[in-house]
Amino acid sequence: MNATTAEATTAEVEVQSPLAHLSEAQLEELAREFDAIRDRVHAELGDRDRRYIESMIAMQRRLAVVSRVLLLGARYRPAQVAGTAALSMAKILENMEIGHNVLHGQWDWMNDPQINSSTWDWDTASTAEAWKHSHNYVHHTFTNILGKDKDLGYEIMRIDPQQKWHPVYLFQPLYNLLLMAFFEWGVALHDLDFEAIRKGHKSKAQVKREVAGIVGKAKSQIVKDYVAWPLLSGLAAAALDAATETRRGGATRRGRRRRGGLAGVLRSALASGRGSYSAAAKANASANIIRNVWAYAIIFCGHFPDQTYTFSPEEVEDESRGGWYVRQLAGAANIEGSPLFHVASGNLGYQVEHHLFPDLPSTRYAEIAPQVKQICERYGLPYNSGPFGQQLGMVQRTILRLAFPGGSVRPKPGPYRGEDHAAL
Amino acid sequence: MAERGATPQVPALRRRALRAVRSLFTPLLPDDYLELINPLWSTRELRGRIERIDRETPDAVTVLIRPGFEWTGHRPGQYLRIGVVVDGVHHWRAYSLTSEPERPDGCISITPKLVETGVVSPYLVRRARPGDVVRLGGVEGTFVLPDPPPEKALFISAGSGITPIMSMLRSLHRGDAVGDVVHIHSARDEEGVIFAEILREIDSSQPGYRLHLQLTGRQGRLAPGNLDELCPDWRQRQAFVSGPAAMLDAMSDLWQAEGDRELLQMERFQPVIGGEPGEGEGGAVRFAKSGVEARCDSGTPILVGGEEAGATLPFGCRMGICHTCVGKLCNGKVRDLRTGKVHGSEGEMIRTCVNAPEGPIEIAL
Repeated sequence: MNATTAEATTAEVEVQSPLAHLSEAQLEELAREFDAIRDRVHAELGDRDRRYIESMIAMQRRLAVVSRVLLLGARYRPAQVAGTAALSMAKILENMEIGHNVLHGQWDWMNDPQINSSTWDWDTASTAEAWKHSHNYVHHTFTNILGKDKDLGYEIMRIDPQQKWHPVYLFQPLYNLLLMAFFEWGVALHDLDFEAIRKGHKSKAQVKREVAGIVGKAKSQIVKDYVAWPLLSGLAAAALDAATETRRGGATRRGRRRRGGLAGVLRSALASGRGSYSAAAKANASANIIRNVWAYAIIFCGHFPDQTYTFSPEEVEDESRGGWYVRQLAGAANIEGSPLFHVASGNLGYQVEHHLFPDLPSTRYAEIAPQVKQICERYGLPYNSGPFGQQLGMVQRTILRLAFPGGSVRPKPGPYRGEDHAAL
Repeated sequence: MAERGATPQVPALRRRALRAVRSLFTPLLPDDYLELINPLWSTRELRGRIERIDRETPDAVTVLIRPGFEWTGHRPGQYLRIGVVVDGVHHWRAYSLTSEPERPDGCISITPKLVETGVVSPYLVRRARPGDVVRLGGVEGTFVLPDPPPEKALFISAGSGITPIMSMLRSLHRGDAVGDVVHIHSARDEEGVIFAEILREIDSSQPGYRLHLQLTGRQGRLAPGNLDELCPDWRQRQAFVSGPAAMLDAMSDLWQAEGDRELLQMERFQPVIGGEPGEGEGGAVRFAKSGVEARCDSGTPILVGGEEAGATLPFGCRMGICHTCVGKLCNGKVRDLRTGKVHGSEGEMIRTCVNAPEGPIEIAL
């Protein structure tokens, strides 16, 4: 407790607006520098980028097909395990590197009618339309502004000490776990924006349409993952069973009779079918949950680790474009990892770059990261980053601590001082 | 939504089968997976594979395309919107179909001529290869051969203006319905005559077809005054004229003055663009879906101008990042207020919050 108090005092001294030391002119110059990065990348976009997203999509779809085929044999343990792993990966890629990024309009420059933010739909509970509003617009415009960025704790969690405590937050460690497992449903409900509904900011017709959208998405996911594919798996197992039983019974009528005749064959086939159905349904449920947990982890690490700054509405009044860039930069945190990690996380490990340029193709974030770091160094700005385990640990610690009243703003790493000083 | 190809003529049984298994693939379609095997199997939009590319002149080629599904047909003289990917970006252009609809192999052809400053024609003329897949849009155009064909016809073409007339000629030739046709075609020199070979073949095999080649490098341009000599009965013929604007204007004046304007049909490839858009001049915006008309000066985004005129438009960040406000550009050009760059082609998705019109535009919002 003593340590926390000591930390709190130093924290309160240290935490001041990351842009306080910059003049209007410096902010303007900063905005020009960031604009220049975006313009440079935009001018370069071409075949290489198109080939990347097309092959990513093709690979993801092949992986999905392979996983579904494996799960036709779901009652065999190795097929079930391999199928679940492949399906989880397919779902993760579909949501993160493909869906999230296509819906951001990152690939709209190709003018492709399919790979386009206006026509894309994804395998999750949120409708594309609701997501584009709550995420692309609300979250990416009002990033980390207390009370305005509804992704700051998703309105059910206290993840910043400046959020007022309420007894309900005592349960937040528990519903944190539930949110982790059922993240897509949490996000879909969050998109509805209950506060706006309560305050009457949404017409009844709009609420009705949005709820119908979620119900529609829920229905099609349930039919696909818990009815149609498991049914195919069951039918495949039953057919195989019937065929082998008939053959094993021998060609002779006597052999078949000994094994219980046609009824026996059917009974046995039905039993294998049922077993296969439930094995496939379980595999699909696991894949959905694995995808949810992964998405939760990556997204929570984007804005809730200790290094990130939050802003009060007063602080951002009359914000300049330079100020907006600084807020994006200071409000996000990167996750360090291998290239495979970055693809699986939809390149959201480059959360800082993504927030500066949400509509640049994700593959370009790694390329511009050194330029962004260099700007941070020159302007004395933070560049938040850390390994996955550390970032996730900080987030979980905050969720536990802030379930209780009080809590203090965590110390910030301060201005970025180059690779050699990167460690906190 | 970006422009896509025409809806293909898919056999009903196949459509039903695909619909039946849809729930296995949601939110995608079976199509999304089948396209991985063969992009021509898309039932969402008609695509075609380039079968052959034949050089007609040093700067024009005929591209023979096999549509993925049965060709719904066209009327000789019509044009087709065709979508190709160049440097990662989809571009759409209209080209006259140069094939006759009755081709037994079901293929279609276009004959683009190189425009050095363009994007699509350099791709088709220089880089496209047999096997490449293109998107096939709708067939349009009112410059068509009447059915039944006229007994006496006069075709006047110049340069690549011959393309729609070629489809008409081929159709007549295949149906042995040439009747009485006079064809006056202008090109700079022998080498520049597109379809020289087939024109000669029709000339020699169809007694009713008479070709006059006007080589403008040597003989000068075709003047309206030449017509009385080249085709004395031009006033009695159903005339089809296709070529540069100056020629069309001259012929139109001639028919107006001396002939029967009803008997003259013309193909203008370049739509008449009103006014000369200058540096950052703004312009009028027509919102196609709501019917609202607005006027934006050079610094006013389309979104703001529209809202001021009373349109309800989608918007989000209002700073060019979230793509909530995008609308399809139907025609005209826009200026990116952030870069000052003028851009925009038909079917392009435009962010209304950071673009101002550059001259009059229409947008599908």
